[in-house]
Amino acid sequence: MIRVQNLVKKFADFAAVNDISFAVAKGEIFAFLGPNGAGKTTTIKMLTTLLPPTSGTLQLNGLDPTRQPNEVRQQFGIVFQDPSLDGDLTAAENLELHGVLYGVPRKIRRERAEMLLKLFELWDRKDTQVKKFSGGMKRRLEIARGFLHTPKILFLDEPTLGLDPQSRNQLWNHVKRINESEQVTVFLTTHYMEEADRVAQRIAVIDHGRIVAMGSSQELKRRTNTESLEEAFLALTGTTIRDETANSSDQLRQMVQMWRR
Amino acid sequence: MHAIFILWLREVKKYSRSRAQIVASLGQPLLYLLVLGFGLGPVFQKSGNGSYLQFVAPGVIGMTVLFTSVFSGIALLFDRQFGFLKETLVAPVPRIRIMIGRTLGGATVAMLQGTLIFVVCLIAGFRPVSLATIPLGFVFMALIAIVFAALGTAIGSGLQDMQGFQLIMNFLVLPIFFLSGALFPLTNIPKVLAFITRLDPLSYGVDGLRGALSGLTQFGFATNLITLAAIAVALLILGAWRFSKIEI
Repeated sequence: MIRVQNLVKKFADFAAVNDISFAVAKGEIFAFLGPNGAGKTTTIKMLTTLLPPTSGTLQLNGLDPTRQPNEVRQQFGIVFQDPSLDGDLTAAENLELHGVLYGVPRKIRRERAEMLLKLFELWDRKDTQVKKFSGGMKRRLEIARGFLHTPKILFLDEPTLGLDPQSRNQLWNHVKRINESEQVTVFLTTHYMEEADRVAQRIAVIDHGRIVAMGSSQELKRRTNTESLEEAFLALTGTTIRDETANSSDQLRQMVQMWRR
Repeated sequence: MHAIFILWLREVKKYSRSRAQIVASLGQPLLYLLVLGFGLGPVFQKSGNGSYLQFVAPGVIGMTVLFTSVFSGIALLFDRQFGFLKETLVAPVPRIRIMIGRTLGGATVAMLQGTLIFVVCLIAGFRPVSLATIPLGFVFMALIAIVFAALGTAIGSGLQDMQGFQLIMNFLVLPIFFLSGALFPLTNIPKVLAFITRLDPLSYGVDGLRGALSGLTQFGFATNLITLAAIAVALLILGAWRFSKIEI
């Protein structure tokens, strides 16, 4: 379903993704684990047509994101790591807009929106502008929106960041459900090892833009002689903390937040 | 079609919900209209040009449409920062439709704002020369709105931060306004200045508006309409191309 070969992405001299190759089968749940700045999000951006690769080949359901972006965009859905809601619109309007963009028929879009808003406990607030939501509510809405249409491939980029355990539980149950009933291929990244352990059939560990290990949770533990996935992860990627430099978007976002107060 | 409509609707909804912003955006045009209108009025009259209010009102309407439409395009920058842009860029809709929806929405908002200023002008004492040509005035408003919403999109597609935004405002949008003849007649001005004003798309928009509302035109309606329409098409193509190249 996803095939990546010798993928490289360079920003100036820095190789964010440095020659990675992997494949994800149809109906598989595949986790991409790595410390901050390892290249996870950059890889997802290239797979989802937001960024062209420097070199290497990409395929989603047999289609090339660089050459057939429109066709590729019909294959997947995505929950982004950082916010992507419109704060001036209400929760219901955000879902409606998403449903229209993804061509979900009106009746189904209304039914699903109601079901998802109830599932993530936002139904009472559906007509509230999103900018008045708390961080957790925004995150829940973001995830609810990701499930509004059923794609062939679902990308989840650190979906549980800032979610309470209840919502996390709902999220993973829902992911498993659509994976089993609709054969949705899932590509996820997370910093919570127990989540990857729980849902992912196969895991790739990426560090400094390279894949350092790939296999099932069992295999990774066996290979590193460790008891838990967390230990295996640390054994593979070391214990130093990575710094990410803030880019201009982060800086501006901080500035705007300061003004708003 | 649905995608274009929903993105258009989004722009209009956002506008209708930003009441404080609507009121705030009336401030600058009001200053031009009242302070310049009444302050420069006597001088203008003495030099034999008639009423300055009658002269400047279409210019102020043009200015409002210019600022609002450019800003709607540049609002891409905010959508980029707040992340909403990504949501539209990964959607299974050709980017050209997303760009068209946004641009038409921005142009509509600019027209609403222009209409609001038109009403304010009427209250301030501006009197259109004839009712029959008012629709033509709206045609020019629409053309100005589309031209500059498309320009805003073209610029906004490449903007990464607020510094760039300031640069554009001071070195592009303000000159477009001051060189358009919105505030002073483009007759009897130095040759170099006259040449530059001819390169300014807004000159044709303001001249058209002034022709329709005040009965004073320098270039003639046909020239104004054709020039603006041609620039609109060119900028829509440029904007669509730039939008399709956005990377996040």
